[in-house]
Order: sequence, then C-alpha cells, then structure tokens
Amino acid sequence: MAATPSSKYMTEGEVGLGLALLVSAFLCALASARAVDAPFSVHMAVFALAAVAGIAAILKRYEGRPAEGSPQQIDGKPNYNLGPVKFTVIAAMAWGIAGFLVGCTIAFQLWAPSLNLGLEYTSFGRLRPLHTSAVIFAFGGNVLIGTSMYVVQRTCRARLAGDLAPWFVVLGYNLFIVIAGTGYLMGVTQSKEYAEPEWYADLWLTIVWVAYLLVFLATLWKRKEPHIFVANWFYLAFIVTIAMLHIVNNLAMPVSFLGSKSYPMFAGVQDALIQWWYGHNAVGFFLTAGFLAIMYYFVPKRAERPIYSYRLSIIHFWALIFMYIWAGPHHLHYTALPDWAQTLGMTFSVMLWMPSWGGMINGLMTLSGAWDKLRTDPVLRFMVVSLAFYGMATFEGPLMAIKAVNGLSHYTDWTIGHVHSGALGWVAYVSFGAIYCLVPWLWNRRELYSLKLVEWHFWISTLGIVLYITSMWVAGIMQGLMWRAYNSLGFLEYSFVETVEAMQPYYLVRALGGVLFLIGALLMAYNLAMTIAGKTAGEREPGAAPTAEPALVPAE
Amino acid sequence: MADTANPGKPPAGPETTGHEWDGIAEYNNPLPRWWLYGLYATIVWALGYWIAYPAWPLVSGYTSGVLGYSQRQTVLDEVETVRKERDARGLAQLASASVAEIRADPALLRLALATGKAAFGDNCAACHGTSATGRVGYPNLQDDDWLWGGTLEAIEQTIRFGARSGHSEAHVGDMPAFGRDGVLKREEVEAVATYVLSLSGKPGVAGASVEKGAGVFAGNCAACHGEATKGNPEMGAPNLTDPIWLYGSAPEQVVATVTNGRKGVMPAWDGRLDAATIKSLAVYVHGLGGGQ
Repeated sequence: MAATPSSKYMTEGEVGLGLALLVSAFLCALASARAVDAPFSVHMAVFALAAVAGIAAILKRYEGRPAEGSPQQIDGKPNYNLGPVKFTVIAAMAWGIAGFLVGCTIAFQLWAPSLNLGLEYTSFGRLRPLHTSAVIFAFGGNVLIGTSMYVVQRTCRARLAGDLAPWFVVLGYNLFIVIAGTGYLMGVTQSKEYAEPEWYADLWLTIVWVAYLLVFLATLWKRKEPHIFVANWFYLAFIVTIAMLHIVNNLAMPVSFLGSKSYPMFAGVQDALIQWWYGHNAVGFFLTAGFLAIMYYFVPKRAERPIYSYRLSIIHFWALIFMYIWAGPHHLHYTALPDWAQTLGMTFSVMLWMPSWGGMINGLMTLSGAWDKLRTDPVLRFMVVSLAFYGMATFEGPLMAIKAVNGLSHYTDWTIGHVHSGALGWVAYVSFGAIYCLVPWLWNRRELYSLKLVEWHFWISTLGIVLYITSMWVAGIMQGLMWRAYNSLGFLEYSFVETVEAMQPYYLVRALGGVLFLIGALLMAYNLAMTIAGKTAGEREPGAAPTAEPALVPAE
Repeated sequence: MADTANPGKPPAGPETTGHEWDGIAEYNNPLPRWWLYGLYATIVWALGYWIAYPAWPLVSGYTSGVLGYSQRQTVLDEVETVRKERDARGLAQLASASVAEIRADPALLRLALATGKAAFGDNCAACHGTSATGRVGYPNLQDDDWLWGGTLEAIEQTIRFGARSGHSEAHVGDMPAFGRDGVLKREEVEAVATYVLSLSGKPGVAGASVEKGAGVFAGNCAACHGEATKGNPEMGAPNLTDPIWLYGSAPEQVVATVTNGRKGVMPAWDGRLDAATIKSLAVYVHGLGGGQ
C-alpha cells in the first residue's frame, strides 16, 4: 500500500482487540458445541455471537472514523467522549424498568404464590436474583459506570483514556448482565447472594472490570487539573474495592471447564464470612461510595453552590473506607461465626454511623443558601430526598447491626424494608436526579421535555417508597415478635406457617408500593425519550426565563 | 473555566480551598462539632465493648473480654434452663406415661396439649393445615372419620409409624388400580362409583346402573370396605356411607379413585420426634373433636 500522509490504518488497538475477539469467537463456539450442559452451551454461543458482533462494530467504526482518530482536544478544549456515557444512560433506564417490573412480580408472588404460574422460569427462586441483579448491577452499575466516565472527564478536563477501551467496558459489562440474567432464568447459580453468576461470567466480569479500572486511572493520570476531585476518590474506591471483593468471593473450581457448575473454594462458616464480607461491601462500595461520588458532582452542579466542606469530605471518605470493610459479620450474628468476629462486625457498624452521615451533611449543607430551589426544581429535590433516605438508612443500618436489635430483625422483612429504603430512596433517587441532569447535557438539549412529569415521578414514587418501607417495618417487626412469642408453658405461641399467613396483607401493600415506583420510572423513561427527541412540553410561557438555566448546560 | 455564569463561584462567605473542578468549588468549613463528637462517642463505646466482650483475634485464640461472655455457653445455659422448667412441669412424665394416663391426668393433659399444638404447627400443619381441617388427599383431623382408627392408641401408632412410609411397622393397605390394571371394565368402574355415591345420597355417573354397581362392589370391594360398606380401619379402607370424601365426591373423582387406586403417604415420626412429643401430638389430635 502506498504510504501517503492521509492514508488510513487500523490502530494497534483495533487490530489487537479484533484478533482477540476472533480467537474468542472461535473458542466460545467450540465450547458451545462441546458443552456438558445446555445453559453453558447457550451462554458460550452468546459469547461467540457477541465477539463476532464486536468485530463487526470495530470494522464499521473504522470505516466511519477519520484517519487520525478522535482528537484529544478541539480548539484547545477537551473533546469529551460521551458516546459510552449515552449508552449507559439508556441501558440504565431499560434495565431499571425491567428490574422494577421483576421486583413487582415477585412481590405479588409472595402475596399469592400461584402467580409463579407453576413454571420453573418464573418461580420465585429464579426471579429473585434476576430482580436484585437487574436493579443493583444492571441499573445501578450502568449509572455508576456512565456517571463516572462523565464526571472523571469533566473534572479532569481530559478526554476519557483509551480509544476502544471505554466501549469495551460499557458493552462488556452489559454482556455480563445478559449472561447473568439469562443464567438465573435457566437455573444457573452458585447460590451466593448478590454474587450468583457462575465462574465463567465472573471471569468475564473480571476482565471488563480491570479494563474499567485502567480507563479510569489513565484518565486521572492525564488530567489537566492539579488536584483530584472528591467524586473521583469515591469512584476509584468503588472500582478498586469491587474488584477485590468480586475476585475473592468468587474463587471457585468448575466441575468441568465445559460446564456451568462450580464449587466455591471456601466452605462452612468461612464461606459465609467471605460471602458477607463481599455482600456488605457491595452495599458499602457499590451502593454507597459509588453513589456518594454521584452526589458530590451532581448536587453542587445542580444547586450551583460550592461543596460545604472539603475537610469533612476528606475525613468521612477515609473513615468510611476504613470502617465499612469490617462491617460484614453483622450479617451473621448468632450463627456459627465466632463471638469475636460478631463483635467486630457490630462495633465497626456502629462506628460507621458518623462517617456515613458525613456524606449526607456535605450534600445537604451544600444547599444552604439555595434551599428555595427545592420548590422549583424537582430534579434537585430527587437528590436532596435521596440524601434524607441515605441518612435514615445509614442510621437504621448500625441500629440493626447491634446484636440485641438484630435478634429481632434478622431473617424478617424488616431487613427487606431497610434495604429498600436505601435502594429506592437513596440509590435510585440520586440516580434519577443524575440522569435527569445528564440527558439534556449529553444530547445538547436546553432542558428536559417536562418538569411537570418529573414532579409526578417524584410524588408517585415517594408514595410508593413510603408504602413499601412502612409495610415492611410493621410486617417485619410483627414477624420477629411472633417468632419469639412464648405461651405460659414455655412453648412457641405461633407455628412458622401462621407467621407467614400473618404477612399476607402487608405483602400486598408492599407490592402496590412497588407498582407506584415502577409507574414513576415509566414516566421518567417517557420524559427522557421526548427530551432526547428534542421536544418540549411547552410548559413555560414564551419569553419566560428557562427553568434550567443555561449554566447547567456544561460549557466546553 | 469558560462557564458563563461560573456556578460554583461562591458569593461572600466562608473561604474555599481555591480549586475549582468543572465549575464546582469547595468551602473549607470545619467539621460540624456534633458530628465529630458523635464519631468520638461511637469509637469510645466500641473500645469499651472490646474490653468487655470477645473482640480481637490473636495468633491462636482471641481476646475473651472481661465479662467472660460466650454465645455458645449462653445458649447451652438457656436450653438447660428451659429443659429443667419443662421437666418441673412434667415433661419427663409425658415420655414415660401412656397416652391414656396422660389423658386422665389434668396437669399432664394441659402440658401435652400445649406441646402437641406447638409440634403440630411445625410438623403436621404443612399437610393437614394449621387448623387440622386437611385438604384433598390429606385427612381432616377435626371430624370423627378415621382411616386408621380414632382411639388414642391408634392415633399414636399412626403418628409413630405413618402410612405407607416405608417403616416396617407402618400401616399398609393398597387400594388396587381396578381400571388401570384391567380388573374392571370402564362401565363397571362407573357403575360401582355410582353405587358408592348413592350410599350417601350423591348423584353418580349419568346412565350407570346402581344395581350393577352393587354387584361389582360385592365381588371386588367388600373384602376391604366390608359388606356393609362401613370400611375397615385395619386396612385403611374408608367408610363409604358417610359424606366425607378424602379424594372428592364428584363422579369423575370417584371414577378416578376406582380406576387408579389411592396410596396416600404419611411419614413415620418415630425417631424424628421424641416419645413425649409424639404422645402429646396423639392427645392433641385426639382432642380436636373426633377422637374415639
């Protein structure tokens, strides 16, 4: 080929990744053909197809791109890479709605078990991990990856590191979600809560996660700001810790390298402790640290106020990181776990109270001088209410970690209520707030399609959360009291099945709360779709000042 | 930054750190006092707890704490206390007394009924229902119709060894699959079903002959269910004259019963529950209303 300055070559990355995908496609197709069980065969076929699709995508992108690739800067301003961020926003909404829907389904199944339709695929045992993984890892994970890729670029004033790598992370992560979810439906699970995917899905996620860490670190490395912004500390802590937790908790030996089943490396109480060290830190570093990072960027940005206290952010960051990692054993009070481990889990959980609240204080106090915005801006209200729920859940958590309280609350639906006040009130609300901010910024729209719809979303889903957590408080505490009720002769007052019967009305209230939350999310999806389509609901009078000021549209 | 409005630029107020990221500045406010003291308080509390209770792992063993607390020992002590309390109320006597003696002694009876109710909820209610009213295939224990006998002793035996449970002393008595195995023709099955339904005044299969059914019954069923169709608790053969139908009284359900036979299973509880609990269950079930 004649080498002229304008001739176009494939980059080393494009060739390398393309070849790797080609080899993977071949190996996965082979594994699919030789698989010892049907789900493994299906999954290897999915991997092979995904690899082929990846090769096609690289070729198509090569055709369309300029010879010199994407510039780091245009006219002296960073050329931010927003494509992968856009993808995660849409993926998060899609997975979120799917996850909420499955959650409503299993909530109704608890109320009326025959709603499982008598099919293995729709039984509670398979849909429950589908729900938890869809909302935590598919919805929450896409929000975290997307916002982190956005925030790290803007607060470093540097284009996201890597050419194909960001897309590899985003698409690879969603491929993991597909493998995990379809696996649950086919009955593939290693039976570890929040870590159900089997060994091959875990390996794939490890590869993707390391790529994510490298993209994030390399972007920080080439930053144009002298200091690293607080949100990026939290994102980095989330990425690093999840990598460690994921790898250790999933150490396992496959029965066959051509089959889905594996056995974990640990057994008995050691396995339980590793599992809850993982499980609680999934809460701490995925659902807390990661979403605090979102708070630290989007709340000051939306409120147009400086962050309340740099000092508090530093102290509570390190306190949170140091304390959280110890708190896992509180999931195993009054079990075979040794006394000393239970003590450490409980005491560190209580010491975690103030470090957790540090984030809430910093978020809420950032609004001082801007409280009036809560009246007019429902997007900001989503984020502020999320901080209130965060504060409530992080007070309730240490309380429930105390052994005496745990003796009543453990194994009851109080725990489910607690988790959902954090999951719906904190994680989902701060995510909704961030996505409502992001969509107009990413698609260069002046404002959202309709702030009224955001209002509706806010009130409907808030009512849903209130129904959910109050019904589960009442039901859970009642359940715990029924379990420990004795008659005058020292016998249990209620048989287990009677306590199950007593839960039924509360299960219905909870399911209805979930439906309200789902309806809110559907309104949001419609609102975002119309925003992306460039429409406005025409709520403002012509000539009136825009509700979302131009300053909210990030300037380059 | 080129932001037009410079959103993070603070108005007059506390000092910022001087940095700005994407327009976001940071105040350098001190830590809220109450927050800091709260953090210190929880740390002091934790230190105190570590001194009092088992807390930190050592090379071999752990710091055991000045209170000498042990969860295992606490549980063992509590179990022992409850066992003593129950013995004081006569639990040991429950194990050694016969069901008839328990029934005759008001104090023992009271204890047995409480034991039986608790044990029933955890072991029997899954099949027989929380109020022991049963469901299709699982006998109602509130009524006076007993497949294997309704005396205290008979009920105790049924609970201990079960029915078709595989235990060597279990009740055994299989109703043959008359239709499936070709012993009776379809019309004979329908006739005999119509006949037994007529005994309790229920409609049978349309067009089937009651007289013919009576003949089929005498030749095939009377051996177990008796000439008088009153059943036989030795064989687990139910009384066919009462309006109680374990597997349903619709004509097609009775036809299905005669065609395929019935082999309901109840597990043996001997060895899974102790003698005192089994006797208590027998007394409790007997006392539900239908005991003989």
